[in-house]
Amino acid sequence: MKNFLALILTLGLGALILVSLANNAAFPAFGDVDTTDRVSDGYINRDTDGTVDNTVSYGSTDAESGPANIVTAIVADYRSFDTLGEVTVLFVSSLGIALLLGSTKQKRLELDFHPNFMLRVGSKALFGIILMTGIYVTIHGHLTPGGGFPGGTMIASSMLLLYLADDTFRARIKGFKVLESVAGTAYVLIGFAGLFLMGTYLQNFLPTGTIGALLSAGIIPIVYVLIGLKVGSEISGVIDNFLTEEAV
Amino acid sequence: MLQYAAIFLIMLGLYGLLTQRNIIKIILSLNILEIGLNVFIISIGFVIGTNGEIGIAPILTSTNNSSALLFVDPLPQALVLTAIVIGVGTTALGLALAKNIYAKYGTFNIDEMGEE
Repeated sequence: MKNFLALILTLGLGALILVSLANNAAFPAFGDVDTTDRVSDGYINRDTDGTVDNTVSYGSTDAESGPANIVTAIVADYRSFDTLGEVTVLFVSSLGIALLLGSTKQKRLELDFHPNFMLRVGSKALFGIILMTGIYVTIHGHLTPGGGFPGGTMIASSMLLLYLADDTFRARIKGFKVLESVAGTAYVLIGFAGLFLMGTYLQNFLPTGTIGALLSAGIIPIVYVLIGLKVGSEISGVIDNFLTEEAV
Repeated sequence: MLQYAAIFLIMLGLYGLLTQRNIIKIILSLNILEIGLNVFIISIGFVIGTNGEIGIAPILTSTNNSSALLFVDPLPQALVLTAIVIGVGTTALGLALAKNIYAKYGTFNIDEMGEE
């Protein structure tokens, strides 16, 4: 009976979504979007203030925002303050996990198996490759798909591999905490530097350079590497909290 | 077409939230709902040109080298990036609560709790 009511409610919600979106002037059909009447047109042309019709191509210099990846231009430049809030949300949730699961005396959660020689050596070799991929994705966040969040998660997944493959392994969690605090503080301080040098919080105060070059886009690669370090150390801390228990 | 799949995922997640009694399954349902929402938001930005050409992923490369080309809308993708990270945070916090609940009651089922 209860499941039936839930089914009715769910179907009702689906019907409501479909009815309210069908023939809605504000909601164009799939693929019929015209980006030129949206805000995103300014992000793609790097012309949000509307003064010049600045059409950007690969290799052009001194654009309003430097990254070749337009999503990065939005995440780490135009809406960077939003990203600072997002990093704060992740920080608060890792803090909550540490409060719920953490304790002063901790030992590793016991796994059901003991790793043999092959698993231990192979996981160490894979650890390096995954870590390098994560760092590559983080550093090239303004040029290719990826960036601080996926790169940081890859770094944390290499830590997870070590935790799962070795039942005695524990990372130096204090180092992660220091790294996380330093990266978060540096992000906020870069924001204040933008405020004092240019007049707006988190504004890009370095030259934007050539679109597509590794050293371009001003503070954006710096900010994204900081985000990558912060996310990686935070999620590694979360993994450590889940895989340890209170020592008796 | 993609939007119908996304709406189906949202409905599936809501149904799971309403009917499941296991905490892990509730968190999984929440994630399915969230994935549906994310796919729906991304699908809003998809562009098909007047001659039927498909929008390019919003990255300038040496071949797609001008912003005059037909790019898909990058703003929904940036917003979904935020939503994914926050989803990871809430999921991890929910799983931490589930671990504590299991340590106290010895079960993940909400109906069997509170008997001791």
